[in-house]
Amino acid sequence: MSDTFTGNKALEIHEPLIFETGHVATTGVDVEEPAAFESRLGGHARKTPIDLPGLTEPETMRHYVRLSRQNYAIDLGLYPLGSCTMKHNPRLNEKMARLPGFADIHPLQPLSTVPGALELMQELSHWLCAMTGMTAVALSPKAGAHGELAGMMAIRAAIAAKGETRHVVLVPESAHGTNPATAAALGYKVESIKAREDGTVSVEAVKEKLSADVAAIMLTNPNTCGLFEPEVKAIADAVHEAGAYFYGDGANFNAIVGKAKPGDLGVDAMHINLHKTFSTPHGGGGPGSGPVVLSERLAPFAPVPFLRADGTLVERADEAGEGEMPFGRLTAFHGQMGMYVRALAYMMSHGADGLKEASEDAVLAANYLKAQLADVMSVSFPDRPAMHEVLFDESFLKGSGITTLDFAKAMIDEGYHPMTMYFPLVVHGAMLIEPTESESLPSLDLFIATLRDLARSAREGDTARFTEAPRLAPRRRLDETKSARKPVLTYEPPAPYQEAAE
Amino acid sequence: MKRFTKDHEWVELDGDIATVGITDHAQEALGDITFVELPDVGRTLAPGDAFAVVESVKAASDVYAPLAGEVTEINGALDDKPELVNEAAEGAGWFIKLKVADAAAVEALMEQAAYDDFLKTIE
Repeated sequence: MSDTFTGNKALEIHEPLIFETGHVATTGVDVEEPAAFESRLGGHARKTPIDLPGLTEPETMRHYVRLSRQNYAIDLGLYPLGSCTMKHNPRLNEKMARLPGFADIHPLQPLSTVPGALELMQELSHWLCAMTGMTAVALSPKAGAHGELAGMMAIRAAIAAKGETRHVVLVPESAHGTNPATAAALGYKVESIKAREDGTVSVEAVKEKLSADVAAIMLTNPNTCGLFEPEVKAIADAVHEAGAYFYGDGANFNAIVGKAKPGDLGVDAMHINLHKTFSTPHGGGGPGSGPVVLSERLAPFAPVPFLRADGTLVERADEAGEGEMPFGRLTAFHGQMGMYVRALAYMMSHGADGLKEASEDAVLAANYLKAQLADVMSVSFPDRPAMHEVLFDESFLKGSGITTLDFAKAMIDEGYHPMTMYFPLVVHGAMLIEPTESESLPSLDLFIATLRDLARSAREGDTARFTEAPRLAPRRRLDETKSARKPVLTYEPPAPYQEAAE
Repeated sequence: MKRFTKDHEWVELDGDIATVGITDHAQEALGDITFVELPDVGRTLAPGDAFAVVESVKAASDVYAPLAGEVTEINGALDDKPELVNEAAEGAGWFIKLKVADAAAVEALMEQAAYDDFLKTIE
């Protein structure tokens, strides 16, 4: 059957822009004209029409529901986005977060009315420290990168407290991209450390760059090649020897929960993405949350608000006691309470054995993919066991005229969200796949069979399957270059509308 | 005559003014370039200083100074047409002109043949 009259295909409904459904000259709500009043905006009142389309409530609702049906989500299918840990968000977490005692409280309520919330934060803090082998935790950062910023500010405060100034932060090229950005945002000069042939960082390469001007190293372990850093302890010792601090990026903590404690590896500060390791929703499905754990050396510098080990809450810097030197405050209140509930629900429902098993299953799933695809795709570092994610490069596509980007687009036609691509930069045309522990064996097998079939097409020269993809998505391939060079960020109504507005 | 670095910059010296850009291999590896951030004129660079950022559809990369010197001119055309780097990386897509402190330092960089050999080793 060819095209339909409406452009819709049964449940696949063609959705125009909201500006095309509504009209700037209409409104979906009736608000009475206000009585005469004197503006108190001091001349800042808007002088031009706001040009927002007016829609009825059902039109508005349908627009966003239809758009949501064009979206991909963990609740729809396997989401192999490497380093992002798109694992299942258990429904039990949601049920707990909706308990009125947690959901309906307000940060300005008197403390005496919310002892349960404080106890939950205390409990979560305890387990985060226990699992990471660290001394203190600041719960308030609202995302992983925010936690990085908090950890690096604690490091800066610790260095200042010693009467020193240091200007350089070392970042291996297999680190997360937010690491150099965080260091640069704090005014540090970022020096990159090259990876070895086998994708790991050598202690010699770190020592070469260490000096009295180095404030910290920011190392991601397991790194973005999906490899555990074998010399991490020696690197930590060398960094400490030089009077610098070790920031560990905790985005990949989900690979080692219950197996290794960052504190034992010499880490001084590490953020924990509750929305990765501890299964709270990612952005879009809910706010992120990035508590940062601190070693004994950094614990005194934790930002306010923080909870003491005895459960008392320190809300302001001037309430700090002896030995407490908070570097300041990062958020208005206490951070993402709803995420704390979800993360603790995940911890309590899994228990120590369950959390360890989740890490093991995540690593097993990645290594299963690696083993099942090694003969048809190119594993970048075949000789080392993968951790929770496995890195491929585009050398298996060499000579086919197909790139990593094309391969990813063809995955969309097969109903999968693409893997992380072109990151890390350590290899050419990176494809970083993280299946997570959420997938069943049949689900992994279907994914493997799909990638094997795509690899076969590439080998056999069926380039159209790739270069023309996605063919079946609501939108065909967009011109990424043009959209970056000449972005169109505002809606321009077609001519007749413009005339009507004037 | 052009000289090359292992970080895929090229430099061409005319008297004590060096024109600097990224190599054809570099633009090929980066893919379609969408933005080039250039330094201010007058900035003094030491060898190895990151002086520019080049963004493509795949990645953002630093560009490093092959020689010490002072920035005397930047290629303003790249603001509107970053694609010049893809079209002519080693010509119209140049990044900066540098008044070099020590013109003889260029001798330490690779000639075309040596750079071509180097590219083979990293394939």
